[in-house]
Amino acid sequence: MRTSKLFLGLLALLASGVALAAGADLGQAEKQATNWTAIAMFGIFVAGTMYITKWAASKTKSAADFYTAGGGITGFQNGLAIAGDYMSAASFLGISAAVMANGYDGLIYAIGFLVGWPIITFLMAERLRNLGKFTFADVAGYRFQQTPIRAFAASGTLVVVAFYLIAQMVGAGQLIKLLFGLEYWMAVVIVGALMMVYVLFGGMTATTWVQIIKAVLLLCGASFMAFMVLVKFGFSPEAMFAKAVEIKSALAAKDAKLIADAAAAAAASGKDVAEVTAAMAAAKGDSIMGPGNFVKDPISAISFGMALMFGTAGLPHILMRFFTVPDAKEARKSVGWATVWIGYFYILTFIIGFGAITFVLTDPTFLDAKGVLKGGGNMAAIHLANAVGGNVFLGFISAVAFATILAVVAGLTLSGASAVSHDLYATVFKKGNADSAAELRVSRITTIVLGVIAVVLGIAFEKQNIAFMVSLAFAIAASANFPVLFMSVLWKDCTTKGAVIGGFLGLISAVVMTVLSDSVWVATLGNPKGSAPFPYTSPALFSMTIGFVGIWIFSLLDRSPNAQQERADFAAQLIRSETGIGAAGASGH
Amino acid sequence: MRDELGDRIRANPKYQELVSKRNSYSWVMTILMLLVYYGYIVLVAFNKEFLAQKTGAGVTSYGIPIGVGVIVFTIIITGIYIRRANTEFDALKEQVIKEATK
Repeated sequence: MRTSKLFLGLLALLASGVALAAGADLGQAEKQATNWTAIAMFGIFVAGTMYITKWAASKTKSAADFYTAGGGITGFQNGLAIAGDYMSAASFLGISAAVMANGYDGLIYAIGFLVGWPIITFLMAERLRNLGKFTFADVAGYRFQQTPIRAFAASGTLVVVAFYLIAQMVGAGQLIKLLFGLEYWMAVVIVGALMMVYVLFGGMTATTWVQIIKAVLLLCGASFMAFMVLVKFGFSPEAMFAKAVEIKSALAAKDAKLIADAAAAAAASGKDVAEVTAAMAAAKGDSIMGPGNFVKDPISAISFGMALMFGTAGLPHILMRFFTVPDAKEARKSVGWATVWIGYFYILTFIIGFGAITFVLTDPTFLDAKGVLKGGGNMAAIHLANAVGGNVFLGFISAVAFATILAVVAGLTLSGASAVSHDLYATVFKKGNADSAAELRVSRITTIVLGVIAVVLGIAFEKQNIAFMVSLAFAIAASANFPVLFMSVLWKDCTTKGAVIGGFLGLISAVVMTVLSDSVWVATLGNPKGSAPFPYTSPALFSMTIGFVGIWIFSLLDRSPNAQQERADFAAQLIRSETGIGAAGASGH
Repeated sequence: MRDELGDRIRANPKYQELVSKRNSYSWVMTILMLLVYYGYIVLVAFNKEFLAQKTGAGVTSYGIPIGVGVIVFTIIITGIYIRRANTEFDALKEQVIKEATK
């Protein structure tokens, strides 16, 4: 009864948000009129997902339904849902924008986001499914003292979720600002409200289907864009690259700084100014075909690679998806399909990025008076959609990009809510004796709290680069969640004390080193350039090492009776993780 | 009861075979993946010139097939592992469970 009232209330809130959106749009110049297509498509998506949410709500009766959709999702469906959970706005908009801006560097970035999946497949997927029930803390804390390990896991989850959510909210704000002509904060509020409706009422079932639908739409849309770009170049990547280099060279030749540098160089060497300028512009244009400044130094390169690779294996909202399938075989199929879709998607974003250079950077309708992309650099893919498919397709891609954000924030919020309700409330405060209804209520309250926090933080971080924000979340996941999970499952002598102290050391060091690095110390805190105490792009190489060494040392030093028991319990844990005997199965819907 | 089951499983040579085979296979695959990815990253860090070098008369550089190759390799190695795990290892696992619970 109360739930349905809340549902109606949120729908009303949402409807008012959409009405506001339409109103603001009506007040804009003619150019905005075309956006009705986008609004209509977005409306269809919302209507469809609301219908699914209503159906899912009727199936969401217990905490298990809320966290894992009853455990009855198939491997193929879950693979798509994982892809839908993982292919975030940062991936789609951020990577295609990075490729447009820097060419090859964007590919290096994309590859990093893919290579964590085999690691999950080989080392984690099966063990996660066999040991876990609702959250990754079930796995990490299988044989440990519950209070400390859950407190750690909940911290690790919430910090990662917070950073990741900020990135998604910022993406949503930018996107809808451009799409509807709305104020940034209104866009963020709409995302927050919709996401709360999905998670509150539909739990994991609605979230899963939102992610599956979004993954299918995004893969279809991105395939079409890449296809249209390749058609223009007769399916010759060489022709596409050549055109992109030509355009980048022409743009570089008009760049004021390059002209000044060329003049100085010409004066110093006594050569012809025009010749030097042309040579420098050509070199600048050609630089998109090789690695550039994305990777500053070898340490940063390796460190960043580690953050992406092992961070993937420590993302709580991704790990949680492994509990929605019935057994280890389906868990493996899930990652297999997820890897296929995600890998294919990154190849598409690379083509889309180059497509944006050739279609968007040359077209004045997409540029403002200063020659900068309208709506900011992250809008590369959105403008390309307009260029290759017209207004209808622009509407489709905008709606899909927005759905992308919704699917990811829903997964993140669900994961954050389960950390609070399952790990903290049910396991720590109620010592595992919470009744399902009370646990479900706590999940829903947490969902609302997280939604509000996400909206506030989304507004506070408006000006951050979204792709970069995600890398922070990955560094923390790689340094805290992953080492604890890995060591508790694979190392017999790991103890509660070791896991918790080492995990927190990894978490704290990742955050501290990030704050002391260029991206926060200089860019956010406004300290002078070059003054950042931590010189590398990513902390993962160091913070992951600190995490692992911390777990190792404090486990070895732990001589308590508890520790002896935990080591003895490893044998039973090993049998379950290897065979799945006794694993939480599908609840049989 | 559970312990009895555990002892029976541990005593089964097929269980030992499953654990050692699957674990060594997954570690070999992990190391292969690490070598390919960090090999690529080290190449990016230390030999940018090589990746930027042209493959022929056009603008396409060696970095393009190598980068796309890493993506394709990632998908293929994952598929190979899953195929073997879902057939050979799972069959062995079923036998272990059957023999332990009969």
